[in-house]
Amino acid sequence: MIPLWMYLVVAAGLFVIGMFGVLSRRNAIAILMGIELMLNAVNVNLVAFWRYQTPTKLSGQAFAAFVFAVAAAEAAVGLALIIGIYRRKRSVIADDVNLLKW
Amino acid sequence: MLISRCLFRLEQAELNGFHNKTEILAVLSDFAPIASLFALSVLVGVMILFMSRMLGPFRPTARKLVPYESGMRPYGDAIRRIPVKFYRVAVLFILFDIEVIFFLPWAVVFRDLRLYGLAVMGFFFLVLTVGFVYEWMVGGLEWD
Amino acid sequence: MFTVPSLSDLNLAATLPATLLALGASVLLVLDLFVPKGRKALTAWLALAVLGVSLIVALLSLGDVVDLGTGEGAFFGLYIADSFTDAVSVIVLVTAMLGVAVAYNYLERTGMQRGEYYVLLLFSALGAMLMGAAGDLVTVFVALELLSIPLYILSGFRWRDEGSEESALKYFILGAFASGFLVYGIALIYGATGTTAFGGIWAATRDLLAADAATKYVLLLGAGMVLAGLGFKVAAVPFHMWTPDVYQGAPTSVVAYMSVAAKVGGFAALVRVLAWGLPDFVLSGQSAAAWQSTVWLIAALTMILGNVVAVAQNNLKRLLAYSSIAHAGYILIAVAAMGTAGVANEAARAVVIYLMAYAFTNVGAFAVIVAVERDDGGHTDIDNVRGLAKEQPVLAASMAVFMLSLAGVPLTAGFVGKWFVFKAGLAADLVPVTVIGVLTSAISAYYYLRVIWFMYFEEGEGKAQIAWPLAWGISVAAIGTLILGFFPYLLSDMARGIALAFGG
Repeated sequence: MIPLWMYLVVAAGLFVIGMFGVLSRRNAIAILMGIELMLNAVNVNLVAFWRYQTPTKLSGQAFAAFVFAVAAAEAAVGLALIIGIYRRKRSVIADDVNLLKW
Repeated sequence: MLISRCLFRLEQAELNGFHNKTEILAVLSDFAPIASLFALSVLVGVMILFMSRMLGPFRPTARKLVPYESGMRPYGDAIRRIPVKFYRVAVLFILFDIEVIFFLPWAVVFRDLRLYGLAVMGFFFLVLTVGFVYEWMVGGLEWD
Repeated sequence: MFTVPSLSDLNLAATLPATLLALGASVLLVLDLFVPKGRKALTAWLALAVLGVSLIVALLSLGDVVDLGTGEGAFFGLYIADSFTDAVSVIVLVTAMLGVAVAYNYLERTGMQRGEYYVLLLFSALGAMLMGAAGDLVTVFVALELLSIPLYILSGFRWRDEGSEESALKYFILGAFASGFLVYGIALIYGATGTTAFGGIWAATRDLLAADAATKYVLLLGAGMVLAGLGFKVAAVPFHMWTPDVYQGAPTSVVAYMSVAAKVGGFAALVRVLAWGLPDFVLSGQSAAAWQSTVWLIAALTMILGNVVAVAQNNLKRLLAYSSIAHAGYILIAVAAMGTAGVANEAARAVVIYLMAYAFTNVGAFAVIVAVERDDGGHTDIDNVRGLAKEQPVLAASMAVFMLSLAGVPLTAGFVGKWFVFKAGLAADLVPVTVIGVLTSAISAYYYLRVIWFMYFEEGEGKAQIAWPLAWGISVAAIGTLILGFFPYLLSDMARGIALAFGG
């Protein structure tokens, strides 16, 4: 069996890559991709913990399904908001969305 | 050589449940077909490009260098704005696809869960049907 | 062997307020399609009716007139039906009703009137109620999203205004980012304890600490990330950056509801997770829960930053945004106090009391801004309330009541809230942060009294547009603030039944 910590490292790596994407990208859609990557990293984590710790109970898998559903709904709403901004400004560069400041 | 070096390193470290090289090879050999498929496809692709670049003639003319568009002469920008109705269809598909994701496990144990499963999943379905009715009446399913 | 449960095992009766709200909101979504465009008042009235019915059931349950369920959970432990749930439900429903009253005419005159506004408000309120009722980390997550996603849409409701769209996008991106942290923390807690139910987590934590396994550090990390995710929702300090921009850009009636509901939901979830799930999480060599020091440090920073930056603000909405950050800090004192054994019940009660007082006060303050605001969304600077006392004496008096309550002046609800919170802080031996709380309260008096000064003692136009639903909303909020301030036993009675199930 592949040890558990390898899965956790992969999940943590994905999470950090997603976080890096959110924090450093200018394109709003790329930021959204980073967020999706973070949520999927959590899924890997959940399923790995479920398989190695409590494979008889189903709560880990069920929670992973919930996270999928919520991530999809969030992405739908986020894309709709981005489209709203795009219609007004003809660009999705997040840096340009800066009317409200300190 | 590479494989034997990997095996040597595995010997030195904890074997994590493997007892000897034969067992490791037994697990790894399951992946042999996939690995060879991968290697072959890469090889064939590279060879096609490589050989056509090295052995083929290169006599370009203006007409030959134009991007391919089924014989027509291309016009306009390469990147165009995509109408937002495609996005709308895609998002609606995603949402109902996620609903189906929840139906699939229920479908597996459907018979064992009997009335309880039907009632609970029926309620879930009803909630999503409310959303569907809303979307339908608001005109979200209109293409034009 | 697996046995099929029956429908009565779900114990749906215990979830009656939430179920009524869910059904009502779904029905309203479809009914709203048949309400013609000019007659959206019907949708608003129906929304109020749904909220009212749910509120009556929650009040009856809170007052022990009706006993929903036998004290055990519903949905196999995912939903806990106890006094805390009822108290949080009452606060959220009152806030939502005030939010509907404040919104109707504002939407009319700014051209944003759509029936979906009320439906989204109802769903968001449902999410906040479920966060108070959570018995499981999964419920916390799903309810958090149910609370937040309608708020993202509502923030961008003024679709022709760039500021509104921008605030919606900022809120969404930062909110989704924080949700990612929350879920990762939940996954780590699940990995360390093997379960997501609060009872199971509490039991597993005791075993982990007794065995002194290294997994407790995974639990610690998970708890920290959950704290980060929920801290975003309540605008605690390292995670507060979204608050001023979103409060300023979003339509004011949305901010009136959102400023309270998001906090109520966030704090309810924090109380559930920390007091029901991790109360005895005491690492070796410490006397209080492992998360207590982090929480009171965040509380101190939040109070200091919120109050200090608010002093420099000239826009009323941004002023209230930073004040909102500061108030989150005060409540965090009580949350931190939950970490000390024996004080947890008192601290949880203090959180609920403060939130109830804050609900009336804050919705009222934003409602006054709704009245002062022009149709295009401008005119919300502090200069624009000059001379309000002469033109609109009742409005100015109500705003004075709200400002005094936010400052914590005695005889107002805000004072009662602060009293209980500081009492809990002192009972838990958190003296430095309580002292900071008192000092920053004094600082905050400056910018609240400044608003009162501008209303009463400066010359200006003092124009305001008040329709009768808005007037009712402001009156209810002002009267509520005063009554809760004059009769504090009302608040402590409401919270009297709150007791932790495990630990404490």
